[in-house]
This record gives sequence, C-alpha cells and structure tokens, in this order.
Amino acid sequence: MTASEVPLDNLRHLYETLVEVNPAGEVEPRMAESYEASADAKTWAFKIRKGIQFHNGKDMTPEDVLKTMQRHSDENSQSGALGIMRGIENMKVDGDNLIVELGVGNADLPYLMADYHLMIQPDGGMDNPGAGIGTGPYTLEVDEPGVRHGFTRNENYWDADNRGFTDYNEVLVLNDATARTAALQSGQVNMINRVDPKVAALLDRAPNLSVKSVSGRGHYVFIAHVDTAPFDNNDLRLALKYAINREEMVDKILRGYGSIGNDMPINASYPLFDASIPQREHSIEKAKEHYAKSGHDGSPIILRVADGAFPGAVEAASLFQESAKAAGIPLEIKREPNDGYWSEVWNVKPFCASYWGGRPVQDQMYSTAYLSSADWNDTRWKRPEFDAMLLEARAELDEAKRKAIYSKMGMMLHNEGGVILPMFNDFVDGVANNVGGWIKDPNAELMNNKAPIKCWVKDA
Amino acid sequence: MLMHPVLKLIAQRLALGLLLLFAASVLIFVGTSILPGDVAQSILGQSATPEALANMRRELGLNDPAVTRYFAWLGGVLQGDLGTALTNGRDIADSLGGRLKNTLFLAFWAAAISVPLAISLGLLAVRYKDRWPDKLISAVTLTTISIPEFMIGYILIYWVAIKWRLFPSVAIINDSMSLGEKLNAIAIPVMVLTLVVLAHMMRMTRAAILNVMQSAYIETAELKGLGMLKIIRKHAFPNAIAPIVNVVMLNLAYLVVGVVVVEVVFAYPGMGQYLVDHVSKRDVPVVQASGLIFAAVYIGLNLVADIVSILANPRLRHPK
Repeated sequence: MTASEVPLDNLRHLYETLVEVNPAGEVEPRMAESYEASADAKTWAFKIRKGIQFHNGKDMTPEDVLKTMQRHSDENSQSGALGIMRGIENMKVDGDNLIVELGVGNADLPYLMADYHLMIQPDGGMDNPGAGIGTGPYTLEVDEPGVRHGFTRNENYWDADNRGFTDYNEVLVLNDATARTAALQSGQVNMINRVDPKVAALLDRAPNLSVKSVSGRGHYVFIAHVDTAPFDNNDLRLALKYAINREEMVDKILRGYGSIGNDMPINASYPLFDASIPQREHSIEKAKEHYAKSGHDGSPIILRVADGAFPGAVEAASLFQESAKAAGIPLEIKREPNDGYWSEVWNVKPFCASYWGGRPVQDQMYSTAYLSSADWNDTRWKRPEFDAMLLEARAELDEAKRKAIYSKMGMMLHNEGGVILPMFNDFVDGVANNVGGWIKDPNAELMNNKAPIKCWVKDA
Repeated sequence: MLMHPVLKLIAQRLALGLLLLFAASVLIFVGTSILPGDVAQSILGQSATPEALANMRRELGLNDPAVTRYFAWLGGVLQGDLGTALTNGRDIADSLGGRLKNTLFLAFWAAAISVPLAISLGLLAVRYKDRWPDKLISAVTLTTISIPEFMIGYILIYWVAIKWRLFPSVAIINDSMSLGEKLNAIAIPVMVLTLVVLAHMMRMTRAAILNVMQSAYIETAELKGLGMLKIIRKHAFPNAIAPIVNVVMLNLAYLVVGVVVVEVVFAYPGMGQYLVDHVSKRDVPVVQASGLIFAAVYIGLNLVADIVSILANPRLRHPK
C-alpha cells in the first residue's frame, strides 16, 4: 500500500478506539461496551468493557481511557485530534464509566470518539506513545518504516470471533502504483490500496484478482475564497459552477470510479443526507447568464493546481478551463509544484484545486471546513446563520429535525458557497481471489484499513 | 621531505576530493533550505492546525537561523552523527547504514554480472569487428541503454514476474533471508541494472581496445603469428585499461547513486528509495545525509578511477 495509509493500517492492527464507525455508518462499541447521553447531549457516559488486556498483559481500565483522552487534549500536544477534544469541558472516571462533559451539546460525540487518533493505550501512552502496546488483534513483530511492518496474532484478543483470523500479516510499503499492481498480479501480496483508476478496468480482467470499489465521502474540489475578488461575487461563483462538466470529469478523471458532486461536501454516503436536493446540471447558457450578471471585467481568473492536489488534478483543471471557455469565462490555469502545495497554495491562494477525505458525519465535515472559526475553512465561508444552524443540529437528538437543518445548510452551500465540487471519488482497492471476508466499507480504503484484521486467506 | 610523485598526486587528489565533498555539503544544505514548505507542515499534512505547527517547529529547532543550523549539522556529521529523522525520530546513521548496505548489495551483484559481461562482450566485438556478432552486440546493448530504466523494469516485471512467475516483482529483502532468497528477490532489478549499464562499458571497452589495436606493436604481434584473442588479451587490453577503468567506475557510481528509479519501481529498501520517501515527507536531515553519502560515494569512486589510471600509466608511474 502507499506510505500515507500505512500508519492507519498499523494502528488498526495494534490498537482500538472506544467505538468504531461500521460499514453501515453506525457507531459500534469496541472498548466501550455501551454509551448513553443526557437529554441535552451534553453529558455522555461510556461504559468501559471489562476483561480486556493490553499486549503487555495489563488490564485495560477506565483510567487508561481517560489518560489517553487527556493526552490528546493537551494544548501542547501535536495531536491531530486536538480540534475534536476542544469541545470537551471535563472528563472523569465514574466506576466503570468514562464521563465526558461538553460545553455545547453534541449528538455526534460517539462519532468523534471513533477518530483514529484516539487509540486507547496503557496509561494513555503518556510514557511511550510509540511502544506499539494496545489491545488490538495483532502485536508488532517487524517494524521497518518505509519498507514493511509485520504483525503476529494476539492470542489473547477479546473479540477473536470477529477479527484476527490470519496468523501473521505483513504490510509492504509500495509507493509506486505499478509496483503495487504488479505485486498483486504476481501473487506476492493479497491486497493493495489505491488502484489507479486508469488501469482499474484492465486490472479487473486479470483472472486471479478483482478490483473492489466503494463510493466514499472523499471528494475533489475547486475552492474559491468567497471574501476575495472576483470570487466575492456569487454570480461569478454560480457561473463557474454551471460551467463545470461533472459527468465528463467522473468519466475521464475517475474513469467511472466515482460519482458527480453537487457543490456541497455531502453525498448519499452520509447519514441524514437529503436526497431531494436537486442536482446542478452542466449548463453553458446558465453559466453565460450568471457570468454576464456578475459584470466581471474579463481579466483572466487564475486557478492554481498541482499534480498532488488530487489524482488527475491538472487534467481536471484543463477540462474545467475548456468548458468555461465555451461559456466565455477566461479561466487561466497556473501550475504549482507539489512541494509546498498544502502550505503555500491551499488555504492561502484564492482559487485552487484540493481534495477532502470526508468525515463520518455531516457535523464533522461542516465543522472542519465550513464553520466560521474552522482552521481549514478553505473557502472563507463565514456565515453566522450557517454556524447557528450547525450548532442547533449538533445538539438536536431528533433525527428528522436534524436532517431538515442539514438539508438547509447543504442548499446554502450549493447556492452560495465557494466550493465547486465536481466529483466524489471511490476507494478503489485490488484484492486477490483467495481473500475471504471482504465487505464494502465506505469509511476509507481497504475496508477502513481493517481489511487485514477482518479478512482471511483461503487455502488454494 | 621529498614525496614520491605518485603519492603526491594521490594526496592531491584526496585533498581535492575532500574539498569537493565540503562544497557539495554546502550545496546540499542550501538546496534543502530554500525548498518551499517546511517539515512541520509536511509531517502534519493537510490536517495541521496552527498550534500543532508552532509546537512542532519549536521542537524541531526550525526557528534557528540557517547558518547556525548548517554548522551544527556539519559538526555532527564530522563526528559521525547524522542526526535523527524528523518524521519517525529514528537515528539516521542507523537507518542509513542498513539502507546503504542494501544498495551496495544490489550494486555489487549488478556489477559482478555486468562488468565481466560488458568487458567480454567488448572484446568479442573487437574480435569480430564489423561482422555480425559485433553489430548484434552493439544493437542490443544500445537498445537497452536507450530505453528508460523504469520502462525496462516494467517490461521485465510483466514477463518475468507476472507471466512466467519466475522471480518476484517486489524486491524487499531483510536480514532474516538467506543469500539464496535475497538473490531471488533482487533478480529482476539486477537484470534491469545490468541492461542499463552494459552498453556504456561495452562500447568504451571496444573503442579503447580498437584504438590500441591501431598501434605498431599490435602489428608486430600479429606478424609474430599470435592469435587475435591472445593479442587482445595480452597486448591490447593492458594498454586500454585506463579508459576502461574510468568508465567502469563511472558506472559503479551510477549503480550506487543512480538507482533511485529502479529502487522505487521494485520497492527495494535501499538508499534511493529512502531518499525519495523522505524528500516527499520533507524530512530535511535525512535528505541531507543521503545527499552527502551519495556525493561521497560518487567522489570516492571517481577518485579510485583517477588513481588507477595514474597507476596503470607507466609514464605517470615513472616520471623522468
């Protein structure tokens, strides 16, 4: 698999979280046996499962869970989960329970607790977070970063009926796409991630394997800062949104391994998605109409893009440029180096290509990138009424009401947002035919990186 | 004190090599410092928050001025301390040692096959000059050198690994493997490297020997009634050794420092792959250390070539 996904895969072998998001998008208890919320969704109690041991033989206790959470909420930490933890006012252990108190009610807290950063470690990993000691179905055997990682089955695993079927798993780091497909074809490996969509259909024809794709929540975007000219003009944004040819992009960039987007970061893979929101069509007429209405002076509109923005980003930008030209919009592509793209261009320049991996729930997606105060508000979308709706939905435990609020928020972005979202990409993995237990999991690649711990290899 | 002129020449070459290495270290440091984006940003990736970034920059000492960092780095290198990798906190010298060993292992086997093969093919080509063996050898080796190495790699992977399933396509080796298993794993990359370096050495051998063959003493040998192969072996080859050693050393240097692409294609755990991985992770200390080692290997092998050609040349060995 590619290097960027290897740490996640390693984590899944060694550690577990309080709860997990299952393939159906529901929360499934793991280290917590059950959980419940107070009526205002402000106080949550997670009942910690008993009789689970860490790899070092120590019992896993509610204190370990508490310490883990505290480590990730330390302001001096470099934890990627710090943003999640900030909403928590107080945590304490009460008997077998971990009590979490929030400043503002959040019906989605269990989803947040499923974040892969929040892996439970003995004593919270305070002394040595990299020790590799967890409660997971495998223990660390070989650790050669950038080359390979080997894992042997944890014979003491608490959920051995469902996970950890193979005796030994080896994860090889193969960054080169062709090296990955060749390794799968020649039978050296059983599964690979990130099959290049360009070759996926061809690879699928090989007799000993199949290509598995699952539509996820990840999406490719062109993002404009709504507070910077000329993108502060909504007619210009709408002109660009109508000018982009979504079908063509799914067809040519994703080779069909994806679905068209609707200028909002939410699709049917999210719970509480409103399918009745109309799909924006590709319309040169409407693009022309809005462009004329925007009164843009005809100077080139600079779109910044790099190969690394998303696979096929430069090609997608060219397609965009062509269809914009048909509507008389002077889009100009400026190619940027991959080096430093995420620090110098993305979230800095007013109009560029990017991608989002998606989040398990709408609340998290919106809080990460569309809340006024979000660090990664990469479209500079700052609307108090939008923020208010987000907070209202967050504390609302009635699902029908939440769905209605989310639908309104989605429409708002669809009509006024700075995000031009042509496509959602599928996760495309390659799996040998002798692998058993494969299921579709829209959360991430390789069954949310759990394929190695949930699958088995059939005898030839 | 009077030094033997050869010793003096060698000492000069060595001093020059060291100076060059020092200059290379400055270039490497400057080059890596002016890259856009910094390591804290790329470790944390798109999901970096400003606080986490600031914490990490402080911890990694990225806030110090460049000159301070250069001398701190150079001082460490001189004491054999290459620092620790920013991305995984491991000692670079340790990881690099293993990687260098692997790269040298691959280079050794590629050289062990390609050097004798190239030289004998060169001799053969001279023996059958302008006849079909000569033309065939030239045509084949020039074809393989003209194809980019990753392409040769992919072609061999397709046939040898996928169609015939003779050797694996992923050349990951580790210490617990036996020599046989290791050789099996690196079979395809060795083939690729051999094909890539063959033509250069073969052509040079052929040209150097042909050059010598024009000399009067070869004619004398011929008139003495010596066989063609024997003339080449005993009279032409020793006199053509200097240019051949030069080209062999250049290719050896290539086998060590130029295998980046091949290592990536075969996921071989050598220096090249290590460098590429850490360039993309913006792990500057690793990139600097790898760059320095590559420079040292390159300069070192060229130094050897120089010295060998000095020693092989009687006029330099016994100056008047």
